[in-house]
Amino acid sequence: MTLLRYEDWTSPVRPVRREVLSVVPDDATEPPVLFVPGPAFGAWVFAEHWLGHAAGRGFPAHALTARAEGGLREYAHDVVQVAAALPRQAVLVGHGVGATIVARALGRYPARAAVLVSPVLDRWATLRHALTVNPAGTVPAVFGGRLRLNGRQVTADERVRPARLPSLKNPDKPVGDPPVLVVGSPDDKVVPRASLDRTAARYGGAPLLFPGMGHDLMTGDGWAEPIDAVLDWLGKELL
Amino acid sequence: MSDTPGVADRRDAVCVIGAGASGLTAIKNLREQGFAVDCYERETSVGGAWNWRHDRSPISSSTHLISSRPLTEFPDFPMPDDWPDYPHHSQVLSYLERYAEHFGLGEHVWFGTEVVSAVPVGDGRWDVTTRSPGGGAERTQRYAAVVVANGHNWSPRMPEIEGEFRGRFLHASAYKNPAILRGRRVLVIGGGNTGCDIAVEAAQQAAEVWHSTRRGYWYAPKYVLGRPADQVNAVMLRLRLPLWLRQWLYKRSVATSAGDLTRYGLPEPDHRPYETHPIVNSQLVYYLGHGRITAVPDVARFDDAAVELTDGRRVEPDLVIAATGYRPQFEFLAPELLDLTEDGRPDLHLHAFARRHPTLAVVGLLQADSPALFPLAHWQSVAVARWLRLRTADPVRAAAVQQTESRRPLEQWSRARVMPTPRHWFEVSSTDYLKVLDELLKRLEPA
Ligand SMILES: Cc1cc2nc3c(=O)[nH]c(=O)nc-3n(C[C@H](O)[C@H](O)[C@H](O)COP(=O)(O)OP(=O)(O)OC[C@H]3O[C@@H](n4cnc5c(N)ncnc54)[C@H](O)[C@@H]3O)c2cc1C
Ligand SMILES: NC(=O)c1ccc[n+]([C@@H]2O[C@H](COP(=O)([O-])OP(=O)(O)OC[C@H]3O[C@@H](n4cnc5c(N)ncnc54)[C@H](OP(=O)(O)O)[C@@H]3O)[C@@H](O)[C@H]2O)c1
Repeated sequence: MTLLRYEDWTSPVRPVRREVLSVVPDDATEPPVLFVPGPAFGAWVFAEHWLGHAAGRGFPAHALTARAEGGLREYAHDVVQVAAALPRQAVLVGHGVGATIVARALGRYPARAAVLVSPVLDRWATLRHALTVNPAGTVPAVFGGRLRLNGRQVTADERVRPARLPSLKNPDKPVGDPPVLVVGSPDDKVVPRASLDRTAARYGGAPLLFPGMGHDLMTGDGWAEPIDAVLDWLGKELL
Repeated sequence: MSDTPGVADRRDAVCVIGAGASGLTAIKNLREQGFAVDCYERETSVGGAWNWRHDRSPISSSTHLISSRPLTEFPDFPMPDDWPDYPHHSQVLSYLERYAEHFGLGEHVWFGTEVVSAVPVGDGRWDVTTRSPGGGAERTQRYAAVVVANGHNWSPRMPEIEGEFRGRFLHASAYKNPAILRGRRVLVIGGGNTGCDIAVEAAQQAAEVWHSTRRGYWYAPKYVLGRPADQVNAVMLRLRLPLWLRQWLYKRSVATSAGDLTRYGLPEPDHRPYETHPIVNSQLVYYLGHGRITAVPDVARFDDAAVELTDGRRVEPDLVIAATGYRPQFEFLAPELLDLTEDGRPDLHLHAFARRHPTLAVVGLLQADSPALFPLAHWQSVAVARWLRLRTADPVRAAAVQQTESRRPLEQWSRARVMPTPRHWFEVSSTDYLKVLDELLKRLEPA
């Protein structure tokens, strides 16, 4: 909880045009869900399957592309802006670095619930892990440059961009005390299993695991199982 | 307490009075702490003062915020970042409406329902009696706590001026749009933000304008160094500049924009910057400099068609608007509950907690500098909700917190020594006040 927010008061984040893709069911019965990809991906990564699927289950579904230039503060600002513009209190679902963005946004916006998918909260553990599978793509990131994911780590797609890994050592406690779920795969080639456990423990739980899948649970053949599990969990939490 | 016939027991529910900005944030934060809430609002919609449809709304058609967006918004629900620095009152209302909708607050509000009394019945519980504002049947319900958020900018404080005035004499709260100024000779009394706003509008509309103030003020511009003034002020606070240095810089910024205020016929301020509630108005000095406004001293008496001023001058306006502020009003509470003094000044811990009634609190009874009221009312209501939660969850620790709190000395939560006029009863330095709330919140943290 931060009451004195000099940074926001003295240098407010500059507004940008934001790309938001949405699939909204005609008869929404559930709260809106805002999907937040990391800057390596864009809203497109959720538009492929998860948006439509969530909407099919009654959740107005939105995905936000990270702004071109910016750090964690600007990314989280955009998430809170988009969430607050939705008609009802939103569920935030972040993936990869997007989960880090969501973790930060949770300190500023009382989400209805939050889901951290393959979260990259633990920057060094991620880099160590990624080095073993993709040294060439990872070394620049160790020195503050961009991480270039390869085909062993995520489904190959020319839209995946190299991106910086921001660090968020101690995210603010989520405001409004929302339920938080951590989801991942023990076979993720970006985020190690131990790091999933640590992130889940920080939010008072254990991760929900999908063995045999990669870092990007929302693409590839197995995309339906994790999103269904997430929506089932939401269904129970939002009762 | 045993059952009382005719009183519906709402058990652990909390009663919130008013659905303006303070009431809405109280509902939200009480709900977040798991409380059932019944909010009563005499009007038929949310927004309080910012809802121009409300008969008691003090705003006029051209009111814009004087605090800039980042220092005005609730800390957990920002205004759209593409809004201007100083949004129009209609934007503020739409912001409050969206806040209510977003968090589903409307379903906890009983609109068109006025609270006529709240009476302690022992054991910390309250009997709250309501009815529709026009009258009608009364209904009494019992609550675990009462949070008062009835606002303090709606009951006009009229100056007592001897003599009779032949022209029109109104309080600023009745001023809704500039049409009534057109072509008139207008005298505006009062140098608060309302008086300055109306004087500027009169300068644009009226035939002749006198602005009467009983002292000199520090008229801050809306922009300093190309930034909203409160954002520049926040830079100074962030750098922890001492008060004297901030006062000196404030004087410099007035000196480099308006210059010597006495050149415009204004009296020299009889106090230092920050010792009266900040005035933010870039145009007043501009119109003084164009001769569209004439600065005059306090009013001595009315004399038929004329108004005599304390310097002996006589002016003949056909409209006098008293922008002399508002008085707090708690007509539904017995005076001793808030330790009201003879002249109606409440004595509350942190301007929020009733000293002898741990389940009675007031939210929004503050005159903030910057950040402005919404964030302060938010954190006040978080503290109230946590306090009420701790009382039920851990009575022993709650008693300990009450012990330490009750020993805190009476303070003004304001670093500067503000002028002792009634409008400064609730004046706080926002950042000092937030620091104190922060400490309280830490003590209220569940073990
Ligand atoms: C002209 C003007 C301009 C202002 N500009 C700014 C600004 O720029 N920035 C800023 O931060 N603040 C500004 N303020 C201060 C403003 O008062 C606050 O921003 C805010 O509106 C206060 O909210 P509130 O909820 O405490 O009170 P209100 O908005 O007054 O709401 C109180 C509500 O309680 C209801 N109520 C009262 N009594 C009862 C009862 N007995 N039963 C049921 N319901 C009841 C009322 O109908 C009302 O809806 C301005 C004030 C004025 C007068
Ligand atoms: N644009 C905006 O956002 C805006 C516009 C208007 C108001 N507001 C806010 O609304 C609140 C109320 O403002 P307000 O201007 O209506 O009232 P206010 O701040 O109480 O100011 C009242 C003014 O009238 C003077 N006064 C009081 N009684 C008097 C008397 N009997 N004779 C002569 N002068 C007298 C006061 O002088 P002293 O200095 O001696 O006390 C002061 O100058 C404030 O928080 C203000 O910031 C905001």
